[in-house]
Amino acid sequence: MTEATSQPSLAIHNLQLSFGAVQVLEDVNMQIMPGEFVVLLGGSGSGKSTILNCIAGLLDISDGQIFINGRNVTWEEPKDRGIGMVFQSYALYPQMSVRGNLAFGLKNARLPRQEIASRIARAAEILQIGDYLDRKPAALSGGQRQRVAIGRALVRDVDVFLFDEPLSNLDAKLRAELRVEIKRLHETLGNTMVYVTHDQIEAMTLADRIALLRNGVIQQFASPDEIYRKPVNLYVAGFIGSPSMNFLKGEIAGDSFRFNGRGVSLAGYDGDLSDGPAILGIRPEHVTLSDQPDLEAQVELQEHMGAESVTYLRLDGQRFAIRAPDERRHVIGTTLGLRFDMTRASLFDPRTELRL
Amino acid sequence: MVDLTLDGPRGPKPRRAISGRNIMIYGTLIVVALYYLIPLYVMVVTSLKGLPEIRMGNIFAPPVEITFEPWVKAWSEACTGLNCDGLQRGFWNSVRITVPSVIVSILIASINGYALANWRFKGAELFFAILMIGAFIPYQVMLYPMVILLRELGLYGSLTGLVLVHTVFGMPILTLLFRNYFATLPDELFKAARVDGTGFWGIYFRIMLPLSLPIFVVAVILQVTGIWNDFLFGVVYTRPQYYPMTVQLNNIVNTTTGVKEYNVNMAATILTGLVPLVIYFVSGRLFVRGIAAGAVKG
Repeated sequence: MTEATSQPSLAIHNLQLSFGAVQVLEDVNMQIMPGEFVVLLGGSGSGKSTILNCIAGLLDISDGQIFINGRNVTWEEPKDRGIGMVFQSYALYPQMSVRGNLAFGLKNARLPRQEIASRIARAAEILQIGDYLDRKPAALSGGQRQRVAIGRALVRDVDVFLFDEPLSNLDAKLRAELRVEIKRLHETLGNTMVYVTHDQIEAMTLADRIALLRNGVIQQFASPDEIYRKPVNLYVAGFIGSPSMNFLKGEIAGDSFRFNGRGVSLAGYDGDLSDGPAILGIRPEHVTLSDQPDLEAQVELQEHMGAESVTYLRLDGQRFAIRAPDERRHVIGTTLGLRFDMTRASLFDPRTELRL
Repeated sequence: MVDLTLDGPRGPKPRRAISGRNIMIYGTLIVVALYYLIPLYVMVVTSLKGLPEIRMGNIFAPPVEITFEPWVKAWSEACTGLNCDGLQRGFWNSVRITVPSVIVSILIASINGYALANWRFKGAELFFAILMIGAFIPYQVMLYPMVILLRELGLYGSLTGLVLVHTVFGMPILTLLFRNYFATLPDELFKAARVDGTGFWGIYFRIMLPLSLPIFVVAVILQVTGIWNDFLFGVVYTRPQYYPMTVQLNNIVNTTTGVKEYNVNMAATILTGLVPLVIYFVSGRLFVRGIAAGAVKG
């Protein structure tokens, strides 16, 4: 993919979708480069799966255009778009063997038998499903089924892979395993992949770029790192991270943030600030305990997770979480002095909810 | 530990075979079973007796001398109107009515149900609503309009006409049956098939049909028994030479001239009911197997 890099592998222009009076997607725009792994992240009803179905051609769109490899596929049938799709419920054909499942789309495309056999052999080797090619899906475990489902997309030899919450039906351990495997698959194949999930860990670990969606609108489309460090608005800031970012309502006065009569120095904050009301957002791991504290708070509850611990504090009647390596145990009710790492904090306009 | 804790009840709780509960359950079941079986017993017994024996009046007594003559007579000699060739004519008429009606109605209804459940085409809701209204209109209301329709089509009094009537009247409930079944199949299966390049018919025949054996068996049971047992349409829309078995049975039993041959009537009735009975036995087993084979979840 040397000369093709200038052309997006998948481009969505002004995509709109409405069912009757309900607008599901409003003006979605996206350019995805060849070999990129893009995750569509959002809560339920955010429109993430809807976008995927539009890309696949399984939903008729209301307006806009979709290009795959520079070809306008807006009116094409799903099979002609050059996509392979993996579904949450695997959607394997129960009456066919694994081999039958893999071959089904290829037979429909009237590929020669030899070609079908060699493609299946290749997919079976990559995904290590060779041992159960002749079994029915019912005789497979969840993880094996999802592998076969990925195989069914793989044999189609397409440019763009679409994943619709492929790991959501698996248990936690298997999910982590397959997540790594999908990542490895992406590195081996180098295909463009669009992956829908509601799981932020999956999004953070897999994605080259994340598109975070809310009510059919892309909130931010950026690398996981940037989304984590510099969320563009309050919603993105609150959605990503667990426990989520702490928010304090106050105002900016000169070079400090005033909160309930106390001031926190803004020195080191990256952005143009002017005086006025603001919301300070700071992640739990960007707060440290200090003898010269910016603010003080009382311990309410502590969760120990082995490697680290999360301490929930009460700060002027508000819950406030901090995360630290699990060394210190705090007695409930004690007062801790907190120091904020302003270089990693975020400030938002309380009216527009946008980052300052 | 003290051994005391090991005393007392252990293992399954003993149950008494004769308890108030068991007497209630088995008593009720036996009474209800007898209530249903006695008429059948009387019919079978009577059909195997000669007329003199019947006249003695012991309807519950088993036959002293077993004779199959009433059965032969019911099948091939009983008179209805001008014909005296027995029920066999009605039987073959019923077969010629039931087989095409069942096949055509189930085929069309399953395609309807599939289209309604999976392809959300324009006007699907309206179409379905109209179909459902059709299911709730009493047949009697449509009886005469149907006569006119068949007359205009030139099908009135023919077997084809009756097949058409059965197909049309079976459509609402069968479509509902199939639509609801197809709606339970995962939507993603349908989407996957579309990505794999299958069209409307391909998905129907290669994905949906193989998964819907159980519902087809249910539909066959419904239709075969319904159409075989139909009397009203048979008598209204056909000529005597095409009368189905049920109508012919009625004519044999209700003949007012001559001696009432109870044994022949009983044999004729059992013969008429035999087909649905066989269907229940055969497809009942198939049905269970269909559900077991339908371990298609996943």
